Amino acid sequence: MAPVAPRSGDAIFANVERVNAELFTLTYGAIVRQLLTDLEEVEEVNKQLDQMGYNIGIRLIDEFLAKSNVSRCVDFKETAEVIAKVGFKMFLGVTASVTNWDADGTCCSIVLEDNPLVDFVELPDTCQGLYYCNILSGVIRGALEMVSMKTEVTWLRDMLRGDDAFELQVKLLKQVPEEYPYKDDE
Amino acid sequence: MGREVAESCVDSILTEMVSTYCNRFYANKPELAARRIEAIGYQVGHQLSERYTMERPRFNDHLEAIKFICKDFWSELFKKQIDNLKTNHRGTFVLQDNKFRWLSRMSIDPSENGDLSQDNPEAAENKAAQMTSMHLYFPCGIIRGALSNLGIPCAVSADMSNLPACSFVVRIKA
Repeated sequence: MAPVAPRSGDAIFANVERVNAELFTLTYGAIVRQLLTDLEEVEEVNKQLDQMGYNIGIRLIDEFLAKSNVSRCVDFKETAEVIAKVGFKMFLGVTASVTNWDADGTCCSIVLEDNPLVDFVELPDTCQGLYYCNILSGVIRGALEMVSMKTEVTWLRDMLRGDDAFELQVKLLKQVPEEYPYKDDE
Repeated sequence: MGREVAESCVDSILTEMVSTYCNRFYANKPELAARRIEAIGYQVGHQLSERYTMERPRFNDHLEAIKFICKDFWSELFKKQIDNLKTNHRGTFVLQDNKFRWLSRMSIDPSENGDLSQDNPEAAENKAAQMTSMHLYFPCGIIRGALSNLGIPCAVSADMSNLPACSFVVRIKA
């Protein structure tokens, strides 16, 4: 029988190589600032951050699967819980919660109250429309695509825009059945 | 103990930042990509050095500031100090890290080299060396930013002829 998915990423986070979060936070901030200078349009920066996140997500999923021992989630509900409780914890050291499920269990919100990406960050008025943490939505979308789930990830709440938490809506668009390139008995 | 994140977060973001600038924004203008990557490092170094020197008396001379970079600053970032420091006593300092973490953990994605690796291993190797040197503009920028925050204008370059060791050459502007 497949091992049961861990309920929290605490133990994994305690065992991975960790670094000072300031370096990460300031590096991300410097990248966003450089993108704003180079691309000028806030919309384009949002797009690039999402693309960078997607590229990271499609690679990070391997590390996630290898270190978390998560095998197969029974449904999208379990998937969302694993992202919030194990995924966020094991990489960013924070835990998110899952709420606002729709009736058919294909759309929910991941809520983040503590987010290391925004430590020391304040957005000037000129950055209205910027989804500063857009890299996160890209990471989730990219990672899920690698395990055959097409999703759409959008921001509903953003503390840098004055909300009381970060809320990402994750909507399952399509689940592609996995096809193996080999037969079972080979 | 301050807040921590998994090291793979930093690795991922650096790899993706370099790839964004080198392969997507400035695929045919590596010198422009290098300048942007260095500028991002400069901002980070400037801010980090501001934070790490807040409760510390001013440095009396260049050597004291460089030693701070080699010891405290490097330890905050890499959990180890610079292994070897040399100077010509005329404003040039060579900081050697025998196993530079960002190089030893970095792997160049072979898919980015397209078909080169099969048909032309030499070209693939050149491309890999080029990507490695692109990654080094970031720590060069960090060092320049940190020293500039301490009032020391300088130029910083990297020498990776002895991998995984890496030397950073700091030339202080008179």
